[in-house]
Amino acid sequence: MGVKLLLAKAHIEGIRSYDVYRREGGYQAVEKALKTMSPDAVVEEVKKSGLRGRGGAGFPTGMKWSFIAKPEGVPRHLVCNADESEPGTFKDRYLMEHIPHLLIEGLIVSSFALGSNNTYIYIRGEYAWIVDILEKAIEEAKQNGWLGNNILGTGFDCNIYVQRGAGAYICGEETALLESLEGKRGNPRIKPPFPAIKGVWDRPTVVNNVETLAAVVPIINLGGEEYAKIGVGRSTGTKLISACGNINKPGVYEIDMTISVEEFIYSEEYCGGIKNGKRLKACIPGGSSVPILPANLLLKTAKGETRYMNYESLSDGGFATGSMMGSGGFIVFDEDQCVVRHTYTLARFYRHESCGQCSPCREGTGWMEKILLRLENGHGKMSDIDLLWDIQSKIEGNTICPLGDAAAWPVAAAIRHFRDEFEWHVLHPNEAQVRNFGLAHYADPLQVPAGA
Amino acid sequence: MAKFSEQQMKEFQRLVNRYPEGKQKSALLPVLHLAQESFGGWLSTETMDYVADLLQLEPIEVYEVATFYSMFNTQPVGKYMFEVCQTGPCMLNGSDEIISYIKEKLGIKAGETTPDGMFTLKTVECLGACGYAPMMQLGNNYREHLTKEKVDAIIEECRNNAARNN
Repeated sequence: MGVKLLLAKAHIEGIRSYDVYRREGGYQAVEKALKTMSPDAVVEEVKKSGLRGRGGAGFPTGMKWSFIAKPEGVPRHLVCNADESEPGTFKDRYLMEHIPHLLIEGLIVSSFALGSNNTYIYIRGEYAWIVDILEKAIEEAKQNGWLGNNILGTGFDCNIYVQRGAGAYICGEETALLESLEGKRGNPRIKPPFPAIKGVWDRPTVVNNVETLAAVVPIINLGGEEYAKIGVGRSTGTKLISACGNINKPGVYEIDMTISVEEFIYSEEYCGGIKNGKRLKACIPGGSSVPILPANLLLKTAKGETRYMNYESLSDGGFATGSMMGSGGFIVFDEDQCVVRHTYTLARFYRHESCGQCSPCREGTGWMEKILLRLENGHGKMSDIDLLWDIQSKIEGNTICPLGDAAAWPVAAAIRHFRDEFEWHVLHPNEAQVRNFGLAHYADPLQVPAGA
Repeated sequence: MAKFSEQQMKEFQRLVNRYPEGKQKSALLPVLHLAQESFGGWLSTETMDYVADLLQLEPIEVYEVATFYSMFNTQPVGKYMFEVCQTGPCMLNGSDEIISYIKEKLGIKAGETTPDGMFTLKTVECLGACGYAPMMQLGNNYREHLTKEKVDAIIEECRNNAARNN
């Protein structure tokens, strides 16, 4: 069993309620931070912890916090990004549903560190029932003196509000989220200015993911240095992985980033192996935007070393032979799955979610979707594969926000590693719709499932 | 013209009060949700104008937002809306078959409403339930691990609820 910091108590009966959460040691981090530490000391602990943003980008949280501007007389805001929308990702939902007070506690400590008296949780609109769970937790916290005015007699005031989005993936991008919080279309802003200088209502703002803010609680309880001892290298602490696709035990798992990908997929403690006794074909390890890897490159790096579930190891080899930790959305494909069809659904997703501001993304995502559908249906030409490559290469890096890159990368990786599967669709137009290409040489011939 | 009831106005005020003075536009998304729930599951031009008036916005500021977000319906929808996810992780677990089955069962295509106004089928992109696929959103809740049998039961349940409420 690995170390668990966030979900260790998530399964205790009644933990969703304040009384049980408090009885299990909840809100100690608020007491410790507000009564014994200065805001700067809290920021310092988070820096020492090495915590990296859990939303997908992996940017050091303490550093992000230290960038916040503090002009005299201008309120600052902390905004929690609960707009979880990256395909394959459902970890924040799990945390908020099961142990909502952990997020509220993390938000109070983080608000104190940043000087935010009015903090907002921006949650995706579809998670409507979670809004009720969070608002109840906020109300309970308020009644017990952890929110409101003069918390614990320290003079610190803090309120937390929940705002529902309304179905737009782009609002997970922090500046689009701020636009949406202001009641506008979710069009990302040009940076700079960064939100830390000019965020919501032009005030200094920090936007952090749900899991990131929840992790502040164990960091304060343990101390930054102790937290940093968990994990490996620059992948400190624990990470929530939402595992889905063709596995026996889909769900949300907390890992301490020292386990191998193979153990994660095959051990009974985690995914429990591939469903129906089938073989592993491929995996998108960090949410739909990150490169797909064939089984052989997923389990071992190009150098033949074991690949581990952490930031460095998953990205070993760059985009040529590696992928990314991303949001922790772990999508597993069995031998019967069609990479072309899956890539088509992702292209359709990004076309649907493009805000339309930048031409390369607005037009390019639609073109990629059409070409992929043509290939999938057996109406494609060989030149379409190069055309797809060309389009994705012209979207990447040419847009205001990373949605363009997020749309380009899955297509690029699918062609890079599964080109023969695309060619097969062109060469076998009548078969493309009735059967799938299969495994070919993607599976690792040496792979011995551990614990399977 | 439809207006918020006294209780809905209270909720409206609660939503507006969460933001700094003069920033009432920030309440637009939550207020549109409230309006959609209050006025038949969709936002007519009349409803959007009413919201604009309440929040002291230009109507265009409301229209551009209502048309941007996929949860806001600017056309009438059925009493029950099946929003079935079709993105990658659901596809790997058979969402294509579920969607075909619902189409066949209800006799409508995606984006259409049954002639009796009971059901609308909408295909949607990832709703964050990938581990519990295939799935659909129905009202404010998710229905997960869908099978053909579960779809049958959900349709039955909706029909029964509608009959009971009439």
